[in-house]
Amino acid sequence: ISTLILAEHESGSIKPQTVSTVVAANSLGESSSISLLLAGSGSSLQEAASQAASCHPSVSEVLVADSDKFEYSLAEPWAKLVDFVRQQRDYSHILASSSSFGKNILPRVAALLDVSPITDVVKILGSAQFIRPIYAGNALCTVRYTGEGPCMLTIRSTSFPVTPITADSESKKATISQIDLSNFKEDSVNRSRYVGRSTQDTERPDLGSARVVITGGRALKSVENFKMIEKLAEKLGGAVGATRAAVDAGYVPNDLQVGQTGKIVAPELYMAFGVSGAIQHLAGIKDSKVIVAVNKDADAPIFQVADYGLVGDLFEVIPELLEKLPEKK
Amino acid sequence: MKILVAVKRVVDYAVKIRVKPDKTGVDTQNVKMSMNPFCEIALEEALRIKEAGFAKEVIAVSIGPSQCVDTLRTGLAMGADRGIHVEANSSFLPLTIAKILKSLAEVENPGLIFLGKQAIDDDCNQTGQMVAALLGWPQATFASKVVLDKDKNVATVDREVDGGLETLSVDLPAVITTDLRLNQPRYATLPNIMKAKSKPIKKMTVQDLKVDIKSDIEILEVTEPPKRKSGVIVSSVDELIDKLKNEAHVV
Repeated sequence: ISTLILAEHESGSIKPQTVSTVVAANSLGESSSISLLLAGSGSSLQEAASQAASCHPSVSEVLVADSDKFEYSLAEPWAKLVDFVRQQRDYSHILASSSSFGKNILPRVAALLDVSPITDVVKILGSAQFIRPIYAGNALCTVRYTGEGPCMLTIRSTSFPVTPITADSESKKATISQIDLSNFKEDSVNRSRYVGRSTQDTERPDLGSARVVITGGRALKSVENFKMIEKLAEKLGGAVGATRAAVDAGYVPNDLQVGQTGKIVAPELYMAFGVSGAIQHLAGIKDSKVIVAVNKDADAPIFQVADYGLVGDLFEVIPELLEKLPEKK
Repeated sequence: MKILVAVKRVVDYAVKIRVKPDKTGVDTQNVKMSMNPFCEIALEEALRIKEAGFAKEVIAVSIGPSQCVDTLRTGLAMGADRGIHVEANSSFLPLTIAKILKSLAEVENPGLIFLGKQAIDDDCNQTGQMVAALLGWPQATFASKVVLDKDKNVATVDREVDGGLETLSVDLPAVITTDLRLNQPRYATLPNIMKAKSKPIKKMTVQDLKVDIKSDIEILEVTEPPKRKSGVIVSSVDELIDKLKNEAHVV
């Protein structure tokens, strides 16, 4: 088994979801070799490459594609690059994390290779057998890859936690090789251009990967009241989520919607305030480790999935929590 | 310019799905079916582009069993000009769907192909990216804003990426897949539903399009996820904080 992983990096270091993908690759089978492919340009790429070489003891090789073409993670050049690398070295598996990067690029590569990819893998049962959620996690589908090309997967990083690396293994460094791009053909590559990027709320963690998520429903009643949810999220170092009803009522923007058609979350702690627990919403939170629900209505369906329920008025409960909860660690 | 929009017939988003006892899949008999919500958004965006004078025709395509005609009628009632139904009685992997859409694109020559970023049944999130690859077109996935420049033949697209927005500019023809924030799809009005009945739907088969059906993934079983065991009801904030601290160890 030889695996190529499409690696993500930012300001000189490898992203945690790429390390999770390495963890996943490790469970594909015995005697596996794992290569990380990094693309980008300049010193931050080389810095990330040297960090990648020791990010996990099972990484055997780091491949570096250094060119202006890869300065931004555009799908078109990236897909060509993976195909280019694969023509020179054979891989049985090609993996990426199920981030917006992996979801954007890996299916494009797969089509070029005439392979059906398997997205959002949450469990690896063998080198060709995997479990992935369907219907927003309301069912689990076990699939087997039977094709001849490389087996291509995107990995849900919350399902493959990274165990802390011991000092001993940190000294183990993979070899770093620069990819010779002189024969890299560019046709159709320059037809998309990066314009810019705006990151929202850098202070708060990303909803999809946050350790704590605090969600409000329609019972919050107004934009002003929703600020209580934000305060609580800040106190716990968490992200803010909302139900579709709260989004439709205009309390918060759409991108905070949690549920089947919004974001799927799996934090360690999920707290829902004034959330009734519609199935589309529950579909998006059921992989959370601990679910807390606060609702006035003791019959609200959310209590059926909550580990801890509190029947009460959120306008009294939230201020009390704000006062009594310890500051984030 | 023509715009091609792929619309998928799926179990309605509000239906609580049931896994079949024999573990072969999810029960879709006697269950309400609707257009995939992300496809609705894709169609809505195409219609807005047409209404703004940037496109002449919006074509809705659906691939699947005969009931897909209902999904296409919904699309026509929303405002699509005509429909194409590629009849298929087995379900295809996204790669085959992408090949079908590619060969339709070669016949219709659209300037844009819109798809939902994913379908809420198999949650694959692959087809748009694959069509773009097969056609050699640029792609802008997970779009939350689309602005067309007809003179330059370019689309500027805001994309929802982890932790923010990314803006790309892509040359047309291009493939765009839609995210939730892009728009609020319209409801079909009764007069438009009546009008849709006379709009043309062309029937085709996979053989007509000379697409080879790829089946390199085998579904072994579909199961219910482990149920969460129901928890406890606490009586006060103090008790809740105590449980979170000392039992769950999460704060």
